[in-house]
Amino acid sequence: MGFARAINPHPLPLLADTRATKPVPAPSSSSLFLGSTRTLRPTQTRSISSPHRRSAASAVAAKVSDVKLKSTTNLLVTKEEGLEVYEDMILGRVFEDMCAQMYYRGKMFGFVHLYNGQEAVSSGFIKLLKKEDSVVSTYRDHVHALSKGVPARAVMSELFGKTTGCCRGQGGSMHMFSAEHNVLGGFAFIGEGIPVATGAAFTSKYKREVLKEADCDHVTLAFFGDGTANNGQFFECLNMAALWKLPIIFVVENNLWAIGMSHLRATSDPEIWKKGPAFGMPGVHVDGMDVLKVREVAKEAIGRARRGEGPTLVECETYRFRGHSLADPDELRDPDEKARYAARDPITQFKKYLIENKLASEAELKAIEKKIDEVVEEAVEFADESPAPSRSQLLENVFADPRGFGIGPDGRYRCEDPKFTEGTAQV
Amino acid sequence: MLGIVRRNVGGAGGLYSQGFGRLRPVASAIRNYSSGGKEMTVRDALNSALDEEMAADPNVFVMGEEVGEYQGAYKITKGLLDKYGPERVLDTPITEAGFAGIGVGSAYHGLKPVIEFMTFNFSMQAIDHVINSAAKSNYMSAGQINVPIVFRGPNGPAAGVGAQHSQCYGAWYGSVPGLKVLVPYSSEDARGLLKAAIRDPDPVVFLENELLYGESFPVSAEALDSSFCLPIGKAKIEREGKDITITAFSKMVGYALKAAEILEKDGINAEVINLRSIRPLDRATINASVRKTNRLVTVEEGFPQHGIGAEICASVIEDSFGYLDAPVERVAGADVPTPYAANLERMAFPQIEDIVRAAKRACYRSVPMAASA
Repeated sequence: MGFARAINPHPLPLLADTRATKPVPAPSSSSLFLGSTRTLRPTQTRSISSPHRRSAASAVAAKVSDVKLKSTTNLLVTKEEGLEVYEDMILGRVFEDMCAQMYYRGKMFGFVHLYNGQEAVSSGFIKLLKKEDSVVSTYRDHVHALSKGVPARAVMSELFGKTTGCCRGQGGSMHMFSAEHNVLGGFAFIGEGIPVATGAAFTSKYKREVLKEADCDHVTLAFFGDGTANNGQFFECLNMAALWKLPIIFVVENNLWAIGMSHLRATSDPEIWKKGPAFGMPGVHVDGMDVLKVREVAKEAIGRARRGEGPTLVECETYRFRGHSLADPDELRDPDEKARYAARDPITQFKKYLIENKLASEAELKAIEKKIDEVVEEAVEFADESPAPSRSQLLENVFADPRGFGIGPDGRYRCEDPKFTEGTAQV
Repeated sequence: MLGIVRRNVGGAGGLYSQGFGRLRPVASAIRNYSSGGKEMTVRDALNSALDEEMAADPNVFVMGEEVGEYQGAYKITKGLLDKYGPERVLDTPITEAGFAGIGVGSAYHGLKPVIEFMTFNFSMQAIDHVINSAAKSNYMSAGQINVPIVFRGPNGPAAGVGAQHSQCYGAWYGSVPGLKVLVPYSSEDARGLLKAAIRDPDPVVFLENELLYGESFPVSAEALDSSFCLPIGKAKIEREGKDITITAFSKMVGYALKAAEILEKDGINAEVINLRSIRPLDRATINASVRKTNRLVTVEEGFPQHGIGAEICASVIEDSFGYLDAPVERVAGADVPTPYAANLERMAFPQIEDIVRAAKRACYRSVPMAASA
């Protein structure tokens, strides 16, 4: 990324003077956002026309945040939490790599969008949720489903199109749904999931206020990309979520590319976090390759939402190591850029952190990796051996009320005919 | 079911194509009701249905533009804000895609939203949610997540509102599996179908008609009961006949009934079917009727190509080809965006004379073709 990292828009008092170059309107909420957004190193400017965003302000902020981070380093995760997060990230990575293999072997087909490189965002956020909280994603949803608790074998079977998949093979790669784990999809149209997520958050509030379930504090996370941040539905929902103070967190996985369209070519103001304060909610930018930073920001955003303080917009700077989908030749991205981000692989970084801070030993981490390898292999075997859906499944589940197929020539509801699901176009 | 309620013939309470100059007779000797003497406008019918369903189930809420403080753009939601409060009757910003999606998301979690589109023309801004996240979700999730949502609002032409406010969406939504599409005509239809729609666990597109809102229809005591529901997918035979079948929905049912009276004088005894439901389409009733009369005229206000009439025609040919004595006549709106000028608009939508002419053609009476656009 060429432009300077955006700094926490809730300035700590020390930063107030140095940020004269970039006034940030304070959102209506009064809570200070304490998520750290340390800049890693001085930015390399590319051909970006934003010369005013230079390192002066960011360097000062870096120092301050550096100091802050060091003082809390030891408290960021416990050993159990660390291992849980590590396992989740490894699961995401190994699973997606296996998907690529299976795709090239012809076991998986259609559109498959892999999440390699972005694991820190999924693990950083979703591992903080309860089972009743909801997650809404886009077509790049395998790892979100896995992090939320959908078993790897169910996701793999779904990808193979088998009847044992989480949606019995009817959804596919882009439509992962799980009512049990509150994974509300899986949407192919970008931006489509955002209003749905806003609706799920609305339900939380409705349950509390109208249905009087006083302890209902479920939050919803909406994951989407940088391209979506230009879509109309996104703004409509930022408005309504802030207007009605809904318990939702809008998580932008800014990986800089929407297929082959660079974020900088597509967006008038590339700093997405700024769109939050414009609508009256905090906007935060965080390094999405560092799972601990993401986790800190997530903790605060989720806490805000649970307390009823309203929505938050979190922009995670991240990168996808593979192409947009397995059909994408990925020719437009600069190999240097890819190399730079590959050096910041979230898993390697976190592994290093765990070992250096003596939270885990090399052996323990290797054991986790081995375990995950086995889990994913077993998932593939399971999916392979599972049966394809039967013919009669074609007509099932179009309607929750099967009478939706109407009345047959004999005057009775078609669904009452035992032969109903045998044909295809006959209905 | 309910028995046929014969509508008054005298002209009042009937339909006037431009919605002005309505006469209300104080009494009409020809009127008969199944019971009592109660009449209700479609507007009140919808309002009472919403009221009762919201009272019965706290999960039901209404969302849309101007539904609250303005009492509804067409006053359908009048009084609901005062009764149920702003948490259940939500005024939204002008964000169709946003609030339709919010409705879908809340329906995923078991609430029962009634989303109002000010007209269904505006639903085009939200059609992604009606189709992709509402209609298809139960299937994509293999039954895990159903969407008990109702999208309602006026559909089709009104009077002089121009091309962008006059389209009929019955054919568009009627082609999508996973949706139920309902088209009430009378007050009883409006009450029964809306209650059924709200109670239904699937997404329902409820196409009303602006010009029908103010029309009064007799309602039986049964229809006034708070648990009154009509079955989804069953058409109603408004008028029995033996010479020709005329299918229609929404406002065109009224026109078809008047056309039937005119045809009666010429010795043609027409059967008028009120479709009530476009999806699922009651093919059984239509085909049974065609097998009886052997001739069919379909009437709709929407564009002719790929319209409801086309679907009915195909259905009849598939199921009852041998019974047809004449080609199926489709009476539809003109194949043009709706003009503004009153005389042009009149020509762009079926009028009673067009239905009469089509019926006579199907009976092989010599008549001139309708004026082409």
